[in-house]
Amino acid sequence: MVTLTINGQDHELDVPDQMPLLWALRDVVQLTGTKFGCGMAQCGACTVHLNGEAVRSCVTPVSQAQGREITTIEAIGDDEVGQRIQQAWLDLGVAQCGYCQGGQIMSATALLNREPDPDDAQILEAMAGNLCRCGTYNRIRQAIHRAAGHEEEQA
Amino acid sequence: MSTHRNGLLLANVSRRHFLKGLAASGALVIAARWDLSLAQDEEEASYGADGMPHGWVDDPNVFIRIDEDGTVTVVNHRAEMGQGIRTSLVMVVADELGADWDRVRVEQAIGHEERYGNQDTDGSRSMRHWFDPMRRAAAAARTMLEQAAAEHWDVPVAECHAGVHMVIHEPSDRELGFGELAAAASQLPVPERDSLRLKPRDEWRYIGRENVKTDRPLAIDGEDIVTGRALYGADVVLDDMLYAVIARPPVYGATLASVDDSAALAVPGVIRVVEVQGTGQPAGFEPLGGVAVVAENTWAAIEGRRALEIEWDTESAGDNASYDSEAYRQLLEESAQSPGRVVREQGDIEAALADAETRLEATYYMPHLAHATMEPPAALARLVDGKAEIWAPVQSPQAARDGVAGRLGLEPEDVTVNVTLLGGGFGRKSKPDFVLEAASLAREFEGRPVRVQWTREDDIQHDYFHAVSVDRLEAGMDGDGKALAWRHRTLSPSIGSLFGPDPKHKVDFELGMGFTATPFDIPAMSLENPEAEAHVRIGWYRAVYNLPHAFAIQSFVAEMAEAAGHDHRDYLLELLGPARQIDPREINEGWNYGEDPERYPVDIGRLRAVVEKATEEAGWGRKLPEGRGLGLAVHHSFVSYTAVVLDVEVDDGGEVIVHNADIAFDCGPQVNPERIRAQMEGACVMGIGNALHSEITVSEGRIEQDNFHQYLIPRISHAPRTVRVHLINDSPEAPMGGVGEPGVPPVTPALCNAIFAATGKRIRRLPIGDQLAS
Ligand code: FES
Ligand code: FES
Repeated sequence: MVTLTINGQDHELDVPDQMPLLWALRDVVQLTGTKFGCGMAQCGACTVHLNGEAVRSCVTPVSQAQGREITTIEAIGDDEVGQRIQQAWLDLGVAQCGYCQGGQIMSATALLNREPDPDDAQILEAMAGNLCRCGTYNRIRQAIHRAAGHEEEQA
Repeated sequence: MSTHRNGLLLANVSRRHFLKGLAASGALVIAARWDLSLAQDEEEASYGADGMPHGWVDDPNVFIRIDEDGTVTVVNHRAEMGQGIRTSLVMVVADELGADWDRVRVEQAIGHEERYGNQDTDGSRSMRHWFDPMRRAAAAARTMLEQAAAEHWDVPVAECHAGVHMVIHEPSDRELGFGELAAAASQLPVPERDSLRLKPRDEWRYIGRENVKTDRPLAIDGEDIVTGRALYGADVVLDDMLYAVIARPPVYGATLASVDDSAALAVPGVIRVVEVQGTGQPAGFEPLGGVAVVAENTWAAIEGRRALEIEWDTESAGDNASYDSEAYRQLLEESAQSPGRVVREQGDIEAALADAETRLEATYYMPHLAHATMEPPAALARLVDGKAEIWAPVQSPQAARDGVAGRLGLEPEDVTVNVTLLGGGFGRKSKPDFVLEAASLAREFEGRPVRVQWTREDDIQHDYFHAVSVDRLEAGMDGDGKALAWRHRTLSPSIGSLFGPDPKHKVDFELGMGFTATPFDIPAMSLENPEAEAHVRIGWYRAVYNLPHAFAIQSFVAEMAEAAGHDHRDYLLELLGPARQIDPREINEGWNYGEDPERYPVDIGRLRAVVEKATEEAGWGRKLPEGRGLGLAVHHSFVSYTAVVLDVEVDDGGEVIVHNADIAFDCGPQVNPERIRAQMEGACVMGIGNALHSEITVSEGRIEQDNFHQYLIPRISHAPRTVRVHLINDSPEAPMGGVGEPGVPPVTPALCNAIFAATGKRIRRLPIGDQLAS
């Protein structure tokens, strides 16, 4: 048995210690907003927060998540920064298929919480682990600038 | 109403040399679905949506429902994979109906082409085939609401007209909401198609507009996506469901020899190990076969699969088991030295080449690519009392329905395919093999839902790969650099190999993607297609054969300009020649994306216009710092026109940085310009990825990459610093073109041309990889 604190609620799960948090969230707790993309920390689709820090849930065993605050895309809107990011995403129409965007938003929110005024290089670095096959990268970068309150710096 | 042409297609298929024997393979319907049949009799030819299986439907009762509270529900029957069709088609209906955006909902249709018309969401066709039918459906519904109001007030219908979400009777200053009229309107007959009044452009509130102010975001799924509520293929959860992953044969056509599943069954959570039957070659859309591990959750299934001990029999795979992509490249390059089947010819090529002052020759290579949609394939299936229900991200729900019915021995009516959102499609999810796998397993566990989840390794190793290609070009020029001769030999395995005996040549629709209709004004031309065999599953990948054709042709034009000492842009415009419209049939292009050659000629004026626009906006000719250059390319595909100029820097380490992209795009009338821009931006990133890093290689028939650490796709740092999309020719007279795919083909050659401008290094072999690291 592991106890996970997910979006402020405790969940008792009967799963092996080694099960990646991703599958515990998706298949056991049935929170499907966190996506599977690669299973080896290459794509960022599975990004969640552990104590506010962005981690890849596909390579995080549940045993490591125990005792920490897990936040998923379903609850990121409760975070003031997360809410701003979501709004910027909507304002700029970032999403295409949307599959990667939960992970993108989790990474972007973690960035702004850590560094409220990131420059372009910091954005590129923070988002380097999040793939988007639809190629929404430009709007992602713009949306982060916007959520950070930067003037429209795009042509 | 809808047009059924299967009889006709069948007759034609049997006449087609390259598809002989196809009927015997049982893939006929599938082949017909994707234009493999082609070349209809001239006198019977039907184009556009008329030419698609199950044609079109414009019955308002099928697509539009209005509740008493005024909520308008629009049924969207096309797959949503990021192109925004769930928004764009609804914009069309809302506008023509007069509905208020904030009171419109969308409902996703099941796969049911007899009811909805064609649902194949590919070929960049949704809007150009459905704009008119959906407008008519909405105009009919509006007319019925006006009629109902007129009857209610007992006034002439001519005095009633729809405003925003209501019908107004001006003489008496009365109004009734759509909701109040819905019940009465639904009892009325659907008006004759010819009697409908379609709104003129100045009455549109959503179509063609940007920055529309609505309370709810215009993007239908936007809020669900940013809150994690949007449902994709693997997100449907049913009671009592099972989770499966499948070990598939490592070589195309190999079969299971033996399996030891004792260790797998010992993994906690694993319930059963089941063999999935494949159908051998050609695979069509059938599963590859293999061994499924069915478990209580995905992780247990993955762990169980790891514990399987499997022997594969590669005997049945024949040549595929020795397929080596490097040797194959050399083979194709060698074959490109000799003449091939002539696809199009004008003038005397040999004489023209012999007379030329300067001769130029180059061979270009593009490798296999994998779609790598961010959402790997996944499907959920349940079989209860002889009825199957499916939940899956499919581009072609009817093909999934037919396939499941065939596999389970059911009638299509007994199969319900619910279409989830697609986490990317790019052509991969036109093929429902993964759905059929889930259906097979559902039969093993009757009554219980079973989800098949592909891992990324499965996705990359067992994709329907983009065809590898070699394109050899030769040109002859006079002393002034004027082109006199052009010979192009193109070689690629054909998608036709998926459905029948390998045609070993590109079939018409493959050649029709930017090869046969090469738009240049050159006295002597020879377009040839030597043989090439397929050894892996070949499939559609966004823009398909346009990718290698555009890469080769647009790179070669830049090489010619360089050899002639001319400016690339000027040289390209000269090759295109004066603005004119070419009937594709006159240049032996019979496919024309399925569109009417008279309505959709090859329009040189539109090609010129996008070149002029993109170069002007990019400041073509301006001086750039050392190590930086502008690259240009243009391409006509999916009956749209795209030109791209990229501003590229190559740093000391050979890293490519794309500073800016100027994309000029002409798809004729624009329904949702904001989404068109988004498609161009995404296409640009994909085209850059196709150039920079992505490559699938094969050794002994086995794919050598298996996840994103080996199969590289673009990351945020590879995207252009800015992308400026210039949309032109939003004219009601212009024929509507495709949007999803035509942005991709010119990007790759534009990038390679920019690299040449920046460094003097010419890329002829993709991916670029570390070729620039000196
Ligand atoms: S699924 Fe975790 S990083 Fe890709
Ligand atoms: S929006 Fe489709 S993968 Fe990012």
